[in-house]
Parts: sequence; structure tokens; C-alpha cells
Amino acid sequence: MAIHLSDLAAARVQHFLENRGKGIGLRLGVKTTGCSGLAYVIEFVDELQDGDEVFETKGVKVVVDQKSLVFLDGTEVDFAKAGLNEGFQFKNPNAKDACGCGESFTV
Amino acid sequence: MALLQIAEPGESSAPHEHRFAAGIDLGTTNSLVATVRSGEAVCLPDAEGRNLLPSVVCYAADQCQVGYPAWAHQSSDPLNSISSIKRLMGRGLKDVSRLGDVMPYEFVSSQDSPVPRIRTAGGDFSAVEISSEILKVLAQRARDSLKGDLEGVVITVPAYFDDAQRQATRDAARLAGLNLFRLMNEPTAAAVAYGLDQKADGLIAVYDLGGGTFDISILRLNRGVFEVLATGGDSALGGDDMDHALGEWIIEHCGIEKLDAGMSRQILLAARNAKEALTLSEAVEFSVDYKGQSWRTEIDRHQFDDLIRELVKKTLQACRRALHDAGLKAAEIEDVVMVGGSTRVPLVQSMVGKFFERIPMCELDPDQVVALGAAIQADILAGNKPNNDMLLLDVLPLSLGIETMGGLSEKIIDRNSAIPVARAQEFTTFKDGQTAMSIHVVQGERELVSDCRSLARFELRGFPPMVAGAARIRVTYQVDADGLMSVTAQETTSGVTADIVVKPSYGLTDTEIESMLRASMEHAREDIGLRMLKEQQVEARRVIEAVDAALAQDGATLLNETELRQIQTKRKALESAVDTASADELKNLIKAVEDVSETYVARRMNASVKQALAGKKIDEVEV
Repeated sequence: MAIHLSDLAAARVQHFLENRGKGIGLRLGVKTTGCSGLAYVIEFVDELQDGDEVFETKGVKVVVDQKSLVFLDGTEVDFAKAGLNEGFQFKNPNAKDACGCGESFTV
Repeated sequence: MALLQIAEPGESSAPHEHRFAAGIDLGTTNSLVATVRSGEAVCLPDAEGRNLLPSVVCYAADQCQVGYPAWAHQSSDPLNSISSIKRLMGRGLKDVSRLGDVMPYEFVSSQDSPVPRIRTAGGDFSAVEISSEILKVLAQRARDSLKGDLEGVVITVPAYFDDAQRQATRDAARLAGLNLFRLMNEPTAAAVAYGLDQKADGLIAVYDLGGGTFDISILRLNRGVFEVLATGGDSALGGDDMDHALGEWIIEHCGIEKLDAGMSRQILLAARNAKEALTLSEAVEFSVDYKGQSWRTEIDRHQFDDLIRELVKKTLQACRRALHDAGLKAAEIEDVVMVGGSTRVPLVQSMVGKFFERIPMCELDPDQVVALGAAIQADILAGNKPNNDMLLLDVLPLSLGIETMGGLSEKIIDRNSAIPVARAQEFTTFKDGQTAMSIHVVQGERELVSDCRSLARFELRGFPPMVAGAARIRVTYQVDADGLMSVTAQETTSGVTADIVVKPSYGLTDTEIESMLRASMEHAREDIGLRMLKEQQVEARRVIEAVDAALAQDGATLLNETELRQIQTKRKALESAVDTASADELKNLIKAVEDVSETYVARRMNASVKQALAGKKIDEVEV
């Protein structure tokens, strides 16, 4: 079981954590919502919860709850720019079908 | 593929329901838009990577251009390229004609609309419409950058903007189809960008030196609430003046004689580039090229500093005045925030630092700092932060006051004060032995309570009897972020308190507020006359009461019959005239009573001194 961050994504996460001034890492997860069933969660982490798994990748603590891990195993998170927009992008081998916007998916 | 931002713990939004928000600095010369992404406030650049949008709108017959393209038309098409429109926001034709010499545009107004419009090739446009074009472009940039619609925006305005100017800015936002969360004072936004709102309290000076304007604001932070203590500045002082000073130096130094408009522009451009280069370098070499001729010269930072020292001193004079208005000394200011591109100039930073005796904050880009603060506020208002980070600022539409003797309204919180706000004022008793005070809370701009709106009445009872004027009753007004007001009255020597909670603008519609404001302007003169009359009536009654009290005590012992009769005649004349005479007549009658009682007052004084000293040795008396 593993989740990866690209170099750029890891650098950006570290920058945002520093700017925020608090937080122990980055939470990745899924929740059941959205137009195609599941949606990604990406949040700062202030404290760990029961059932959280912690991965250390490129100097960043990535926190995933066990339930989400099933859907996220093998995912790589990248940081990308498209036109004026920029943000984090999930490359998830488990996703079979994504909605047009890519914010939600099915497995 | 969606590009996601990091949310606060537990604040992730569902797909397609992101609460995007933006902060907009709608400036006189340049405007910016910023947002919070992954917890960080950032300015949003255009496709060419430029953060600034020149606040210029150019109207042609078939199109309207905003920003750099409009800016480029300024010299070729000055009448249709509208700049500095912010100066006209919320202004009537009269104000506009006063600005006429600096604004080259053709103004028109019609019978059915008092709003001045600027005639352009594309039609007639008001300041609100022109500003909304700038807002539309900025909002579209934000939508393109966030890939979604905006939940709402926060737009910044100068702290000194009055209600009409704020309303015009609100209207511009509505016209641009934006949901305006709220207006925010520019200096407050700058302080928020530096995170100063996270402190418990403090005194902050915001020094804003832009291209053409200088503003100084003194803020007091109290439990997350910013109060504007004083503002000041100069609407015709800025970085452009530095360019001019340097330009003149170039002309003199290079011995340039023949000057035309194009040449002047070239020189100013060279001066501006040299000024910017001198921020990082100790000296710069530069040239002015025009029509095949070329002048080369060199200037070092000391020479430049000498050229602009007087300009910076001028800004410090305004700072001194603002501090004086706020009743503060420079050393009491805890944080100094630098805003505006001209604060990059090293001499400005060092002189401001010396004046306030601390290092000014200039780590953030001074052009962006206001927009960044607005973005942080917008992000909170969009609901992207947990509740405990809530920061709320708004302004009070009408002044809040208290009824004083004679049915006069004494304003405690002026309209346009940012809320939440707390302010206190001390009152005293009118009569000897008074042990209670009725407190009547009113809202409005008029001088007489009967013309204001009554909000609440309550009583402060049970403080010890004292002579008139000795009790100290401190009335504290507090208006929270939702406009809910509480009033507390405390007699400070005994500690007796009473309080009440009211909702001030309850039931007042926008139209009512507007008509109340209009009435206060229409009736200004007669209101002042009435106030003067009421004040004299109150004074007359106080004098009568004091004379009666004194006469009852020692009138018989200190006065002979003639003297007593004289005083009583004048007193009677005053009493019978109290309700009928004019303010001036009353003033004369009061003076007559005072004049005739002069010797009596002197005798009373001697008598009481004698009494105090009776039977005491000289060394027992404290002097």
C-alpha cells in the first residue's frame, strides 16, 4: 500500500504548510459524494484520528484513513497548471470512470 | 482534470460546490484581484503574468476596453479613456465641477438623474458603470483562475470613504453581477494581510504611498476588531511627484532646453526607471533618447534622496497630524504597515522607520498587500475557515447617540464607523442630589432627539447623591458584527451599572436611511439654530437653579435688601423668558444674572474660605 507525491506537489505542500504556520501533514481521502460516486479529499492535518495511516514521502507526512486507502492505493498526486488555474491532481489507478470535471470518480 | 486546493481540516467541499471567493483592490491607478489557495493568499495574474490591472476604461463606438489596452489609448484618445474614476465615486455634479480642472472629460447630467455621466464615443457613463467594467474584468480573471464561479467578493475602499462613496462602490459590484460580501477599509485589509488581526490588540499605522495619493491611517485593534482612529493624507502626493522631481533634475543636469510633450514623457519615463533601479542599486546610469538625440547621465542614491526628501517630509507631517487627531504619540504605535509601490523607495522606509521608531513592515509586495488582506477576509466570509477564525467588519449606517438635557442628541458613535465597535463617553448629573439618570438611546444625524429615531430607554438608578456635575456616568455603546447593540451605563465613583440590548437598524429600510440622511443635510441650518436655543434654555435653567440654591443657603446673611432685590429681578426676567426668548436674548439675560451676582459670588467664596480656615494655625493649612 502506498501513495506518492510528485516532486513539485511535495514542494508545494511543504510551502503551504509553512505558510499556514501549523499542521503536521497532508490528509488525502475519499468521500462518497459527487456526480460519479466518490470525491477526493485534500486537507491540512492538525491531529491524527483513529484508523489513520501515515506515510512519509519526500519529507511530507501523508495521512490517509484506512477506508480511503482502499480506493487510493497506488495514487500519485501531482501539482499542475492549466491556463490561469493551478492545483493538485490525483492520478489514481483505481478510478475506472471519472466525471467530466475529474473531481469525482467510480471504482 | 480537476485541480484541487488543500482545505482546512474538515472543511472540504463537495465537487462543484467549492466556495470560491476573491478580494478586490479597486484602486485609483491600478486594481488587483487576489484569492486564497491552499491556505495562502495570492494575487491572480492575467494571462501575461501581470498582477496589476490599470484602472482605465476606454470606450469606443462599438466596444469597451479595460486595463492595459485602454491605458495605451490614454495619450491618443484622452476624452474616451477614463482613468482615476475612483475620485468620482459617489460624487455629485458640484463636486465634479470642483475637480473639473484636473479631469479633462465632458460631463453631462439629465433632469431625471442627478448622477453626473461622462460623455464618450460609446455613450454616457456614470462612475458606477465605469468602475463596474473594471470589476467585471477582475472577476472574470478570478473565475478563469479558479475554474468556477465566485461565491462572493470583498472590495476595499479608503477608510475616509463616506456613505455615498461606499454605496457607489456597492452599486458597482452589483452592476458587475458580483455578490459583495462586504466592503473593507484598505488599511484594515493591509493589516489583515500581515496577520495583525491575530493579535489581541494593538495600535497600527498604515502608511500608503501610491502613485498619486498618500494616505495615513491610524487603527486600533481590540479583540479582533479594527477601529479607525484617524485618517489623513494628501490626494495629490505620490510616486509621480518623485518622477517629476527627478525629471527636473535630468533637464537641469543634462542642459536640455527645448521641451515638447513627447520629450517630457521620455524624461519622465527615464526618471521612473531610474527611481525603480535605485531601490536596489546605489547608483544608476541611464540615458534619454529622443528624436535621434541622446543624453547620458548618472545619479546615485544620495543625490536622489536629496531630491525627494521634502516630499517624504510632507508625508510625515500628515502622519503627525493623524497621530495628533488620534491623540497618540509616534512611539505608541506598535506596528507600521507599508502599502503602495512608492514605499519601496529606501529613503521612504528609513524616514518612516525613524519617525515611528520601529522597522516598518514591508515583506509583502506593497502593491498587493491590500488585495491579499481582502482575499483573506473573503475566504473567511465564504465559509472556508472554521468558525473561530471569524472576522467581521462593517459600518454603521447612522450615528448612535444619547439624549441630553434639552432634548438634544449627543452622538457617541458616528455613522460609517466600522462595526463591531465599542465607544464610551462620560456624562454627569444636572441637579444636586440626583441619584438616577434616564438614558434614551437614539439613532440619526439630526440635532434634536425628536427628529432622530428612538431605539431604547432605560434607567441607571441608585448611585449616591452628589452635587450637580460631580457624578461620573460612563455610557458605553457596543455594536456587534450583526448590528446588535448593547448600551451599558456605569456611575464610576460608586460602580452602579445598568444595561440594555437593542437592535439599531431594526425596521429601517434603505430608503428610510437615505431619507433620514437627506433630511439631516436639508435641515442642517435650522437644526443648529435649534440646538443653540436648546443649549441656552438648559443653561438658563441651570443658572436659575444655582441662584435659588445659593440664595436659600446664605442669601439673607451675605446680601443687603437692594442687592437681593436686584438679583431676584434679573432672575425673574430670565425665568419668564426661558420658553419664549431667542438664543441670543437668553444669552444676554443669563449674562445679566451673572453680572448682577458677581459680588455675591465673590462674597460666598470668601465666606467659605474663611469657614475652612477658621480656628486653624497657618502651618495646618495645605496650600
